[in-house]
Amino acid sequence: MIQARLRKHFPPSAESAAFTLDVDLGTSAGVTVLFGPSGSGKTLTLDCIAGFVRPDQGRILIDDALLFDAATGVHLPPQSRNCGYVFQNYALFPHMSLRENLAFASERLARLERHRRVSEMLERFRLSEVAGRRPNELSGGQKQRGSIARALLAAPKLILLDEPARGLDARLRAELYAVLRQVRAEFSTPILLVTHDLEECFELAEWMVVLHEGKLEQAGPPAKILEHPESVEVARMLGLYNLLAAEVRALDPSNNSSKLRVGDHDLTGPYLPGRLLGDRVTLYVRPEQLTAVPRDGKIGANQVPVSLDRVADLPQSVRLEFTGGITVTMTKAEFDRGRHHRDWVVEFPRDAIRVL
Amino acid sequence: MSGSMEIDWFPLWLSLRVAVLSTLMAVACGMALAYVLANGRFRGREALDAALTLPLVLPPTVLGYYLLVVLGRESALGRLYESIFGGPLVFSWQAAVVAAFLHSAPLLIKYIRAALESVDHSYERAARTLGAGEWRLFWRVTMPLAQRSILAATALAFARSLGDFGVTIMVAGNIPGRTQTIAVAIYDAVEAGNGALARLLVIIISAIALTILWLANRYGPRQTPA
Repeated sequence: MIQARLRKHFPPSAESAAFTLDVDLGTSAGVTVLFGPSGSGKTLTLDCIAGFVRPDQGRILIDDALLFDAATGVHLPPQSRNCGYVFQNYALFPHMSLRENLAFASERLARLERHRRVSEMLERFRLSEVAGRRPNELSGGQKQRGSIARALLAAPKLILLDEPARGLDARLRAELYAVLRQVRAEFSTPILLVTHDLEECFELAEWMVVLHEGKLEQAGPPAKILEHPESVEVARMLGLYNLLAAEVRALDPSNNSSKLRVGDHDLTGPYLPGRLLGDRVTLYVRPEQLTAVPRDGKIGANQVPVSLDRVADLPQSVRLEFTGGITVTMTKAEFDRGRHHRDWVVEFPRDAIRVL
Repeated sequence: MSGSMEIDWFPLWLSLRVAVLSTLMAVACGMALAYVLANGRFRGREALDAALTLPLVLPPTVLGYYLLVVLGRESALGRLYESIFGGPLVFSWQAAVVAAFLHSAPLLIKYIRAALESVDHSYERAARTLGAGEWRLFWRVTMPLAQRSILAATALAFARSLGDFGVTIMVAGNIPGRTQTIAVAIYDAVEAGNGALARLLVIIISAIALTILWLANRYGPRQTPA
């Protein structure tokens, strides 16, 4: 279990604007992914937990060990935190062989025990044959596994990974995911991983934490966050379509309905608790929940006339991009029927409409 | 005069001895101070750096004067030295060691600090997360990664301490057979009109310096791909 409440302020400098990290995250998942664009404070959060950076305020707990507490002045050095850290460049010591690198991590053990543990770890990560090589003689995948094996040898309570897949090609990426799943299966060490890659979140995360400009936007299982993004920022970061500016025109709690003005059209949606008339909101509909048909004259309720801008072929379907920032996905067969039309109507099912 | 000139090799041996001793001292002090400058987080760090750089920019005679004041027979340090070793420090060959040390140490500290700071921080961070204390981190990670640069800097410091003239002549003087180093001997030979000796010594010291520079470049820091 990790609990980290962190606040760190950086005043503006010549090279950068002011930045404030202010997050409160708690997770007991096996793999937690910190997700956010560059500059959102992901790596800074990791560095605070590892003890490289001292937060101004807050408290960091791993299980029942207090690593940092601003109130009582506790600030353990990285040496005493029991946090393994896998660096982006792997940081295998270039002047040592792979075996020596691993031995460095287990020096508190007696010589024989150390040798046994190192050999076992090399074996587990399929590195026995290259144990005598220096890091510059290893392949990318071997360095990656070596660096994870080295971190595990120090028997950490938590493993931190800083953008481990950045700059890797698809094959190495898949290999990394397999290794991390192996770590999950064979060790009980929880993993906290930083990435700006959405695919990685869904590939690995049991718990996902979305950061944006130093703030925690949302946390939860990735599928749930995708289903219910809580803010426009999260929805944008998830690369979601159909984020439409709207104005609340009518609210009717007795009928559980609302009227939303999008562009020049009124849409009926579910009742929006906590909203007031005239509020400007962002409306969100998943592209597969919209239906689009070629226009043939009249426009019904909850339908919006649009023209087709662009068609993108997806492996299983097509994605239609219409004017007004409306995107709809449908099967290829459905699209073939209206392929030659430019003018369409898109229908917004009442219950598919969500407001962020 | 032709051929069979009687050459006094003493200045060369003295200079080599002085250079070896002063370089050893400079490396020991340099490592400690450079470590403090590179890793210490304290007020006045840059002020200390500036103070340590001062000998590089002051005229040698000024440095020599300071040394005479600090180490002279009337000074506390001078008296302490005399009570331990039974003779005055100034105008002895040991004073030449101090002079050469002062000539080379500031440069060495700068180079070693740069070498320590140029080690990729992720290695040091990795070592810390693996539980290494600062001592183990320094000797097992930082030093080995910086050692080529440090060795190259040491070679340069050696070459530099071989050639000190100004400070040496102020505090060690020019006593043939006792404190006359090669740089001083060359000056002496020119003054005495002994062109042949001056030329010979100049060629020897140039050759030594050139060799050291070549070695420092050859075995010094390599550009290794990350």
